[in-house]
Amino acid sequence: MKKLLLGNEAIARGAYEAGVTVVSSYPGTPSTEITEAIAKYDEIYSEWAPNEKVATEVAIGASFGGARAMTAMKHVGLNVAADPLFTCSYTGVNGGLVIVVADDPGMHSSQNEQDSRHYAKASKVLMLEPSDSQECKDFVAEAYNLSEQFDTPVIIRLSTRVSHSQSLVEIKERENIPLREYKKDAQKYVMMPAMARKRHWAVEDRIKALREYAETSKLNRIEWGDRKIGIITSGIAYQYAREALGDVSYLKLGMVYPLPEKLIKDFVSQVEQVYVIEELDPFIEEHCKALGCKVIGKELFTVIGELNTNIIREKILNIKTEKPISVEESIPIRPPVMCPGCPHRGVFYVLKKLKLVVSGDIGCYTLGALAPLEAIDTCVCMGASVGAALGMEKARGKDFSKKVVAVIGDSTFIHSGITGLIDVVYNKGNSTVIILDNSITGMTGHQHNPTTGFTIKGEPTRQVDLVKLAQAIGIERVKVVDPFDLEKFEKTVKEEIAAEEPSVIISQRPCALLKHVKYEGPLHINGDKCTRCKMCMRLGCPAISNKDGNMTIDITLCNGCGLCVKVCRFSAIEKVGDING
Amino acid sequence: MANTSVMIVGVGGQGTLLASRILGNVAIKKGFDVKVSEVHGMAQRGGSVVTYVKYGDKVYSPIISEGQADIIIAFEELEAYRWLPYLKKGGRIIVNTQRIDPMPVIVGLKKYPDSIIEKIHSLGAEVIPVDALKLALEAGSVKAVNVVLMGVMAKYTDIDKEDWLNVIENTVPARFLEINKKAFELGLALNN
Ligand SMILES: Cc1ncc(C[n+]2csc(CCOP(=O)(O)OP(=O)(O)O)c2C)c(N)n1
Repeated sequence: MKKLLLGNEAIARGAYEAGVTVVSSYPGTPSTEITEAIAKYDEIYSEWAPNEKVATEVAIGASFGGARAMTAMKHVGLNVAADPLFTCSYTGVNGGLVIVVADDPGMHSSQNEQDSRHYAKASKVLMLEPSDSQECKDFVAEAYNLSEQFDTPVIIRLSTRVSHSQSLVEIKERENIPLREYKKDAQKYVMMPAMARKRHWAVEDRIKALREYAETSKLNRIEWGDRKIGIITSGIAYQYAREALGDVSYLKLGMVYPLPEKLIKDFVSQVEQVYVIEELDPFIEEHCKALGCKVIGKELFTVIGELNTNIIREKILNIKTEKPISVEESIPIRPPVMCPGCPHRGVFYVLKKLKLVVSGDIGCYTLGALAPLEAIDTCVCMGASVGAALGMEKARGKDFSKKVVAVIGDSTFIHSGITGLIDVVYNKGNSTVIILDNSITGMTGHQHNPTTGFTIKGEPTRQVDLVKLAQAIGIERVKVVDPFDLEKFEKTVKEEIAAEEPSVIISQRPCALLKHVKYEGPLHINGDKCTRCKMCMRLGCPAISNKDGNMTIDITLCNGCGLCVKVCRFSAIEKVGDING
Repeated sequence: MANTSVMIVGVGGQGTLLASRILGNVAIKKGFDVKVSEVHGMAQRGGSVVTYVKYGDKVYSPIISEGQADIIIAFEELEAYRWLPYLKKGGRIIVNTQRIDPMPVIVGLKKYPDSIIEKIHSLGAEVIPVDALKLALEAGSVKAVNVVLMGVMAKYTDIDKEDWLNVIENTVPARFLEINKKAFELGLALNN
């Protein structure tokens, strides 16, 4: 049977069919749907871990324990998981182990566009790269075989367009893979210097064997066509090239690390001019050039953002795509915004009003950096807000720290904010940390996390108590406030920044998109009472706009959260039902 | 058959994803190779979103580049205008005549362009304006805007109505089925 599946869903299906029994991940666009789809299979134990490092360690443990295991993450997640990855390369596996990493060229939803292929090379781990959903599924099956055959973790690299495109996939039954025997083997699994030195030899031998394997692997294939032009490519770039260039010759690499040598040289010797087409860094290109092959790559193509068929056609065939219509008028951009009813809006309204320096973090609340709130000063990586606030204080002194707050979401705090907070306490910082507890991991589309009280399968579980947690690490000033109680919130922030010790403010109100959150329905601006002072516009609510001088509320967007009612000094904002009453 | 390339554009949260899934599944029924490229993540928070649906004998790239779309279905006027350069010569653009101000307009930094439909028309594209919100309300829910627009689109494909309805049955939750069927019919019945 053939089904239309996202690349991510196909990875999940592949895991299911390959007999995987343990999956631990941390969400991150564009990888999230992999683990969400896996959670639907009862045969697989799945979980959201607090972060990618833990997720990878759980998967490694499951592999040591004899199971086929998987972890999935976005590209920057692999930075967090790099530590276990590099040493797991030395230990190798017991049951097959696959690490799926989804890059985001073009940064549709990311803070950088790093190229994960460097990790495969740096950690000396086999990496595969599928180019559509069918390959996603097939490569997972192959990855488990290779992982067990070569005693190595295998990384599968995706990119946004592979993860988030649906294409047809042939569905099969699940293979029953028995749990492998668990044998204590300190030489293999205890990586301390004496053992690790030996294992490094094993790693080098393995890479040699894999390089050999790459020469004949069916994952790498040549499609002969016109031999004037030869294309070496992989992943989504292959699909773009096929569409743009048609019947030329292709060396399509499914295995991007280690890369074959002879296969590439042979291919290059049989075509007139070879181009390497790959998104982001010249990873394959540098390999070809090191082999002495004359190929053209980044001389023509950018290392920034995504490629597409028009670019490839233009650069290689010199055919400009005709653009039948061009629009001269400047079109306002439409950046993402905090949703109507978003609890974060109250927080940033207050922080802006108080003109504080806000050490930001990653989540829906990062949108507080955009106009009109423009209330965030910095955003680097998950968890950075807390450490960076302390760093600012240490650089500029305690007085400055009274103008600084860190803001961090609940999931992000658990991910990597806790350690920063411990640093604040341990090293006598004065920081005020606001945990934005909206009862869910919002940005990535509503995943549970240790603070929500539910597992990935929606089963109730113990909930991390953020108040007790903060107290336990030594924060004495812990306050819980509703960010829609603007007055109280402002008062609390003022008190806590003035305090001569670190504090935590837990801003608590659930995400407006959660099913159980019910506001009373759209509001309306009474034109008779409205003085056009535009206070409501300062909230940056997408439901409120200025239509020719009159503030209006779009009833298809407004959910009636009532925050605007609180900032309106003329009681001009009313429930729709009250219009006549 | 040459591939057909359809773009569905709108504002995050408007239900463009469901529309693209319906179209994708209709195309499978006809035995085509199909690719549907979606947007998840940040842009879904009220940003400009675009999904691509391509079908034909063999589809490689899931993405449509500028000047390559046969049909654009726009859920909002400004988004229609923004993505217009993706339309092929002789292509059609179906526009839901709804206006949602983006933040730069809301905060007064930019102006929402006026008379977008007329401008698209004068740029030489075949534009089909539809008040899908009105028809969706007539069908019973504002959420059915996407299926109304699928009904309008259906007229320009040679795919049978039965196939569409069949897919809609399999894609939308049972309790909204009647509303969605009606929405589809209203879109299909529209004369412009
Ligand atoms: C290392 C890393 N992993 C994952 C992500 C993807 N990501 C961005 S924000 C976020 C979680 C946000 O949740 P939360 O902190 O609860 O804030 P909310 O979006 O709910 O406001 C995730 C998982 C990332 N940017 N970096």
